[in-house]
Amino acid sequence: MTTGTAAYSIEATAKARRYSPFWHTLRAHPSMIAGLVLLFLVIFMMVAGPFLVPYKPLKTNPEIRLQPPSATHPMGTDAFGRDILARVVHGARLDLLIAFSVVAIALGLGVLIGMFSGYYGGKVDDVIMRITDIVLAFPSFILALAITAILGNTIPNVIIAIAIAYIPYFVRLTRGEVLSARELDYAEAARCVGNPSWRVMYLHLLPNCLTPALVQATLCLGWAILDASGLAFLGLGIRPPTPEWGVLVSEGARDIISLQWWTSFFPGAVIVLTAFGFNLIGDSLRDVTSPTEAEQ
Amino acid sequence: MVSLRRYVLRRLGLALLTLCGVVVAVFIITRILPGNPAAVRVGPYAKPEILAQVEKEMGLDKPLPLQFVNYVVKLAQGNMGMSWRTGQPVQKDLTQRLPATLELALSATLIAVVTGLILGILSALFQNSWFDQIVRVFTIFGASTALFWLALVFVFVFYYWLGWAASPLGRLDVGVTAPKGITGMFVLDSLLTGNPLALKNSLYHLALPSLTLAFVVSAPITKIVRAAMLDQLHADYIRTARTIGVPTREIIWRDALRNAMVPILTTIGIVFGYLMAGNVLVEMIFSWPGIGSYAWMALQNKDLEAIQGFVLLIAAMYVFLNLLIDLLYSVIDPRIRLG
Repeated sequence: MTTGTAAYSIEATAKARRYSPFWHTLRAHPSMIAGLVLLFLVIFMMVAGPFLVPYKPLKTNPEIRLQPPSATHPMGTDAFGRDILARVVHGARLDLLIAFSVVAIALGLGVLIGMFSGYYGGKVDDVIMRITDIVLAFPSFILALAITAILGNTIPNVIIAIAIAYIPYFVRLTRGEVLSARELDYAEAARCVGNPSWRVMYLHLLPNCLTPALVQATLCLGWAILDASGLAFLGLGIRPPTPEWGVLVSEGARDIISLQWWTSFFPGAVIVLTAFGFNLIGDSLRDVTSPTEAEQ
Repeated sequence: MVSLRRYVLRRLGLALLTLCGVVVAVFIITRILPGNPAAVRVGPYAKPEILAQVEKEMGLDKPLPLQFVNYVVKLAQGNMGMSWRTGQPVQKDLTQRLPATLELALSATLIAVVTGLILGILSALFQNSWFDQIVRVFTIFGASTALFWLALVFVFVFYYWLGWAASPLGRLDVGVTAPKGITGMFVLDSLLTGNPLALKNSLYHLALPSLTLAFVVSAPITKIVRAAMLDQLHADYIRTARTIGVPTREIIWRDALRNAMVPILTTIGIVFGYLMAGNVLVEMIFSWPGIGSYAWMALQNKDLEAIQGFVLLIAAMYVFLNLLIDLLYSVIDPRIRLG
């Protein structure tokens, strides 16, 4: 289809970049490595932590209340004598579960709707776009806050609330990709041989339109952890004594008045490092998948 | 000029449409989602008769379309309902508290924009240098920082430990009288009324919460300034300007930055929405008497009409701000007028 060597060589370079071996890409992006290491640590903590930390997250012990970090309690103990590290380690499961559920729902529905909107266009597209405009008029944290306040404080409700706030991002991204992809020759060919619309959309177009949404999904994993823990910090969604990172920070917040910083510092630091890991990966992925944008 | 008028009208229409949608969305969230505002208010252990009575008081026993009409009619009259915690109309509570929030948001934005411009321009000028790498890590880290945690760390380090910052308890020290109210923003009011004591004290109290918010918000601004500046610096017209010997300083500030302003403004708009959301967390920690801490107290007391009013106000301000930015574009970039 392309004529002239210049166009060909550009295509070839683009291809070589996109399909370069995994390790090669990694070496060029140290922040991706840093992100993967952080993520690995968090997952390791989630899986192995409960076996390695010899304390129960809910076990209170008034004799050792508010002990500073030491060899026996690396992150110290809280006002009830509970081991902070044990609580952080057990919280990892819940926080990651929330983040992955939120992104799975938002990505799934968002891509589905975005594909539909971009492929059919016209009135359907107009309506869907106006709806995303409206949802995007609410800062996502505020929207999640309002929905959780109404639905009530349960874990599934937090997941639903945050997912609703994230769906428009995926709708927009997928729609944009589909708008250009549906005009390309391969989509035309798929239509011409008599494929039904759903087949063209989900078997032919989807694999080619998914990359930006997947990059966004990585970033959203980090945001979801920040939003869920932020809600919990405000007393919404997940409530004490459940060991969730935001709950831990909120419980520890009152101890800083008496200079006991460790009860809130460590759980919060883990939240930030986890989100940092996801964002490092997401950011590098964006560079890898859209080199032109990254070079700008 | 005809096309400019058409552009403005079209944009106004779109904003109005979104605003109507926002009202519908708030109604859907509070009335149609499977949750019962009356049940939230009376709590899980209330008798059914009491629940029914509260439902009636709140007008929830009427059919949904009628509820919606009632809601819209009241809103149109500027009535956002009663806060059952303060016993005041919600719109009155919100207007009283809005200046404190705006003061905080504006000063945070100001700090973030200055930081973002400096870091962004420098890292664009020294692209791929070690400085650029550090700035990049900072922008990713900023986007990953949990505001509530950062606020606590700042309060601990700068107030409890070092003793440099003001106490995280509101806008002024006890004993300092507020400046005479004109705008409701203490820093501005003390300047206008020539009150050095209140000015010093309100700036002192504003510093830490503003820095907390600015730390997080300067990240996206830095990122977009860098990207937009690189975009401009690689453009042909800049190369021409360099070739004919225009001084670098002039190229950066007069040519590149001006043309980079459109994406930068968009980001500032997006960031404002984030600030309003972050305010809930930061105001709560600093006992800042703005609409964020109002929303937090409303949440603690299941004061739904207050929450509803707060959410609506935030969304309306966000829509309005985006409209303003879009209109500013046409001033900054004449090409948009023709679009």
